[in-house]
Amino acid sequence: MRKKQLAGGLALLLGFGLAGTPALAVDGLEGDPQRGEGLTQTCISCHQADGSGQNVPGGESWPRLAGLSAGYIARQLKDYQEGRRQNSTMAAFANMLDDQAVADVAAYYAQLPVTEAQGGDDVDDATLARGEELALRGDWNQYIVSCQSCHGPGNAGAGEAFPGIASQHAGYIAGQLHQWQEGERDNDPQGLMAAIAKRMSDEDIRAVSAWLARQRVTSAQGDSK
Amino acid sequence: MKIRKLTLTTGAAVLLAGAASAAWDEYKPLFALGYAEPEEGQLVHIPPTLQDLEDAAMSPELKEVVRRGYDLFVDTQQLRGQHVFNDMNCASCHMDAGRQPFSAALWPAAITLPDYRGKNWQVNSLEERVVGCFTYSMNGDPPEYGSDTMLAITTYMQWLAKGAPVYPDQEIYGRGYGSVDEPEQEPNYERGKEVYAQSCAICHAEDGQGLKQDGQVVFPPLWGDGSYNWGAGMSRINTSAAFIKHNMPLGQPNSLSDQEAWDVAFYMNSHERPQDPRYTGDVHETREKHANFHGRTLYGTVREVDGHLLGDHDNTGEKDFLRPEILRSRTFD
Repeated sequence: MRKKQLAGGLALLLGFGLAGTPALAVDGLEGDPQRGEGLTQTCISCHQADGSGQNVPGGESWPRLAGLSAGYIARQLKDYQEGRRQNSTMAAFANMLDDQAVADVAAYYAQLPVTEAQGGDDVDDATLARGEELALRGDWNQYIVSCQSCHGPGNAGAGEAFPGIASQHAGYIAGQLHQWQEGERDNDPQGLMAAIAKRMSDEDIRAVSAWLARQRVTSAQGDSK
Repeated sequence: MKIRKLTLTTGAAVLLAGAASAAWDEYKPLFALGYAEPEEGQLVHIPPTLQDLEDAAMSPELKEVVRRGYDLFVDTQQLRGQHVFNDMNCASCHMDAGRQPFSAALWPAAITLPDYRGKNWQVNSLEERVVGCFTYSMNGDPPEYGSDTMLAITTYMQWLAKGAPVYPDQEIYGRGYGSVDEPEQEPNYERGKEVYAQSCAICHAEDGQGLKQDGQVVFPPLWGDGSYNWGAGMSRINTSAAFIKHNMPLGQPNSLSDQEAWDVAFYMNSHERPQDPRYTGDVHETREKHANFHGRTLYGTVREVDGHLLGDHDNTGEKDFLRPEILRSRTFD
């Protein structure tokens, strides 16, 4: 019953989505978390009902969405729709959403409590120490600025442009950093993330991903000014 | 190329008693990012890291004070309302907690002070230099000379200079923010505004007020009450152009052209900020009195876009006084 309704809803949304207006049209649209929850039936098979996603060792990990800022989630969905961020699975799902649905889904995941991340338990203390150094202080001789200088206090996210990365799955963080290195992901503002990623060694990526995955974030990203 | 580098290494090795060739290797990635390589005869010093501190043969008590200084340096907001009255941290303008060349690294202050300083026409100690930072860049009320806070900060600075020669004859590599050649065209507000929108606003916001997250400053405000006041070195266009060119956008140093750096520095400093603590009550008089400083600021000049006379106000920002009592002049006549 419920499935049927959803299918109908999605078809409707798809129609809107195709006729949708270009980039950043979600700006100014108020998202409704309740409406958003009703649209997440397709999301939960990977991102889980609590928005925790899943670490997939050796494969493509599904990121935690719970507690990320609504603006960031919405921006990613728009980028999938318009080809600025490439992922065939996500492009298909994102294209089912019109701008209001994007705002609603984003609002829904943003208000979920941050969940614990997986991965990163197979590293030694020295690797973790390196990860902590990169996350909190950076390695300026390599001109790797610290994660938290943009991703905010506790790496829990800053504003809408810089997502929370603490308590994100190690596999996802590592995967994204490698994508930036190789130019497969390039929807970061002004190439800010790519510039840093390209200076990181494989070992750096492993270290910082493991350390970030082990951090606990107590609340969803709070108010930003 | 290779020969030149060898020569330099030798030169530096002499200066730093053998410690330099390792130092050279550490800075190599910076050269690839557009930083100038040291010139022959320049003093190159790689400050120690926090890991070096742990490993060092120093008393645990001293290490604790250095750590405290580091902590104050990167989180100066813990002194908010006491010594700091804006949204800045020391580390906002001193990258890598004061270690980075071309980013006002701290160690040169520790080995060249006390020295005469044109800004206040007298010989300044290291503590007095820090008083200046709090007075202007932090729009604050500086910690007392000899206070625990002052000791921690100056100890941290001196530790960063560990092993560098005191009162060196050589020029210091990467001192201050370096410099940027005078631009071909006069710095311009409108061009600067465009650069700002393209390269700076993502972090510092369209209105220049930066970003706070959960009450903590992530990206500092560049003008207004939360930023440095009209007496801060950063309000000088040449200084801020050099800072921007060599440090901004974060992670992408040397990516702006010289012209862009000057233009955006001009734009940033064409906005209001708290009054210069040296204010006499008259902006023109103050500008004239401190012409050696304000010759490179827009303080006391008219902003062309709207005819606003910059600095012509009594706003001291969040603090309720103009001039910290700790400032004093001295002579040995």
